Amino acid sequence: MKHLTLGAGLLMATSVVAQTPVLSVYAPDYFTSEWGPGPSIEAAFEETCACDLQFSAGDLLPRLMLEGPSTNADIVIGLNTDITKKARSTGLFAPHGQNNADLDLPIVWNDDVFLPFDWSYVSFIYDATRVTTPLNSFEDLTTLPDDQKIVIQDPRSSISGLALVLWVKAVYGDKAADFWARLAPHILTVTKGWSEAYGLFTDGEAAVVLSFNTSPAYHIVAEGDTTKKAAIFDEGHYAYFELVAKVAGTDQPELADQFMAFVMSDTFQSLIPMTNWSYPAAQPASEWPEAFAALPAPSKAVFHDENTAAALRDEAIEEWRTGLSQ
Amino acid sequence: MAHRVVAMKAVPIIAGGFVVCLVLFPLITVWMWAETGASLGAADWSAIRFTIWQAFLSALLSCVAAIPVARALARQRFIGRSAIIVLLSAPFILPVIVAVMGILAVFGQNGLINSVLSVIGVAPVSIYGLSGILIAHVFFNMPLVTRMILQGWLAIPAERLRLADSLGLKGWARFRVLEWPMMQQILPSAFGVVFVICLSSFAVALTLGGGPRATTLELGIYQAFRFDFDLGKAAVLALLQFGLVGVAALFTVWISSKDPFAQGLDRPIVHVTTGRFIRGIDTCVIVVAIAFLGIPMLTIFVKGLLGIISLPFSIWQAAGRSILIAAGSTLLCLGFALALARRWGEVLGSAGIAVSPLVLGAGLFLMIRPFANPFDWALIVTMILNAMLSLPFVLRILRPQAESIRTDYHRLAATMGLGPWAWVRWIYVPRLRRPIGFAAGLTAALSMGDLGVIVLFGTSDHATLPLKLYQLMGAYRMDQAAAAATVLLGLSLLSFWIFDYWGRRGAHA
Repeated sequence: MKHLTLGAGLLMATSVVAQTPVLSVYAPDYFTSEWGPGPSIEAAFEETCACDLQFSAGDLLPRLMLEGPSTNADIVIGLNTDITKKARSTGLFAPHGQNNADLDLPIVWNDDVFLPFDWSYVSFIYDATRVTTPLNSFEDLTTLPDDQKIVIQDPRSSISGLALVLWVKAVYGDKAADFWARLAPHILTVTKGWSEAYGLFTDGEAAVVLSFNTSPAYHIVAEGDTTKKAAIFDEGHYAYFELVAKVAGTDQPELADQFMAFVMSDTFQSLIPMTNWSYPAAQPASEWPEAFAALPAPSKAVFHDENTAAALRDEAIEEWRTGLSQ
Repeated sequence: MAHRVVAMKAVPIIAGGFVVCLVLFPLITVWMWAETGASLGAADWSAIRFTIWQAFLSALLSCVAAIPVARALARQRFIGRSAIIVLLSAPFILPVIVAVMGILAVFGQNGLINSVLSVIGVAPVSIYGLSGILIAHVFFNMPLVTRMILQGWLAIPAERLRLADSLGLKGWARFRVLEWPMMQQILPSAFGVVFVICLSSFAVALTLGGGPRATTLELGIYQAFRFDFDLGKAAVLALLQFGLVGVAALFTVWISSKDPFAQGLDRPIVHVTTGRFIRGIDTCVIVVAIAFLGIPMLTIFVKGLLGIISLPFSIWQAAGRSILIAAGSTLLCLGFALALARRWGEVLGSAGIAVSPLVLGAGLFLMIRPFANPFDWALIVTMILNAMLSLPFVLRILRPQAESIRTDYHRLAATMGLGPWAWVRWIYVPRLRRPIGFAAGLTAALSMGDLGVIVLFGTSDHATLPLKLYQLMGAYRMDQAAAAATVLLGLSLLSFWIFDYWGRRGAHA
């Protein structure tokens, strides 16, 4: 056991900077990975803060709930609007202290605790070499030919899957169950998370996948591939925001405030599109990279605030479940 | 002398106690922490029914399919036979997401089968549904059962085989005298372990099941824990799963017979000659099995092969970390398994997969937190949990032979006054070498591919290879993810092969 501890200790030994204040930021795994925005954000912030920003990757909400008020986190980044109600009820978070008017979003933002740092529209992405009929509405999905199937994520295990059932509920209201039943024959399958679904799509197993309207930007920029397109629906699209919040019990309140201000800065905002493949939340479209500014986008945003989302959730998921089980 | 005997008796009890505590304490901790109870709705009950049904069918099919394959491999000798036996263990150790892609390359919408069908003008078939779940579960578990039965064949004393030959026993009679008694010992145990594995299926069942009809208990636990953070419900569902596994483990141990063969002289098995007809059938069985297991894996391997050069250094660091975890888990698991390789040990050992890793992880997190930062313990905890996860398979692989060794040699050992260490060193381990090698290989490879509790504990600086694979997918880099999958497959196979080869090379008997 001694050797194991020693071995693990060696592996974990990171460059410890003595006496430098540490800002501990909890973030999802995809965010902190070397292919996500984490490393460049860390480098940019450390240039200005004389501190050591340390990411801690993993499940945000379960970990915060388990840790409670004694959490080590100073900042939590990567939460999503559909779980903010639960997160808020913990009372762990402090006001973000930034001016919501500086945000550039498709909806008016009033929340003074959770601050969006990026966003996109939940969208169906299709392979234009296979799907040749235009997809302009949910109804168009129900008329897809048999060899062009759709893969979506499970709303019970995936946040984008949950966004979809809330979106459908917003568009169809009482008729949501009926819509799911009609869509059922066109659904290839339902996956646990986004990665599995997107993998099935890029493998050619499905012709349409539930993702975000900013997803094609990756294929255009990184692969020069313009055949992956977002279907833009006339009904409008569910807006998906990623949020950052300051932990109330932080032992580094000034640093945490400095980081919240940094999130709104041009430096941070400019890093977002090409690393997190989504729109920056506090920059006008004119400043976005060309590939993003040129992306097709819906004219209307659909959005449920957290109370409506929480009230609708169980019913919307149950309609989805029974509709697709038929 | 007396204290030595006491020591020998105490070791299994201590090991058993540790395993049970390791599983029960976290579960109780989560339960207590949750405070509020939870009630189950209609959707939960239908998930429970479906979970049991698909696990039952998966276990049944895996066993039925494994019998002819094991028989063919046991009685035929040909070039490449041992390579095929190694290949047989590969599906079991693949990360779920990778294996599903491989299966879809054959059975999917654009898979091999549908391509052939479209050439000959037949409408495409869809894998999604119960059939998809069963294909995947048989793909994962049939090879494991095959290997377990093969071990059973090897444990039949050569004298028995020779006697059957000289009596001219063929066909049905031979089956009744030799094969059936062996199967009675192996199959219930194999059925039980596959049933238990499939009980906790989640991503495979959902993806290949084609939608919410294929909802399993584990999805409920995941939802309650990660999504709703309803620990009360997670604990209730985890307890239910624990109960199901417990019943299954008790039942299979109860119906599996004791070692059916009297002691032999421990000589190598005589090569069994078979007629042309039998040889033909065996060849067909082996070819079909290789195609079913091999093509999906080959597709995975080839798909990522070119991309390996473009993988960043961090992938190799993660691979190193995964190897370290695998080595640690293997040692731990073997230690426990050697102590627990007996009937009641098999029941206790099942506890390792009886509780959802999410709940175990949460419980351990809560238990460690008052004393230390759980993140610093992520690797160690992963190692221990991986060892627990493999314990049920390892015990089922070791127990049949371990028990016969104890029955056959305890008189000899007592006469010679062998102490516990001499017993382990000169009799127990050398005679178990073959199953130990196989079991160690499985454990190493299994923990190589496991995502583990690392997701909860959080690890920005020490990601493992499977985690890197998920990160690549999450960052749209599907090609690099495919390359990482090839590395993972290669490493798992290699680590499996090293242990298994060690076991087979030394085991002349």
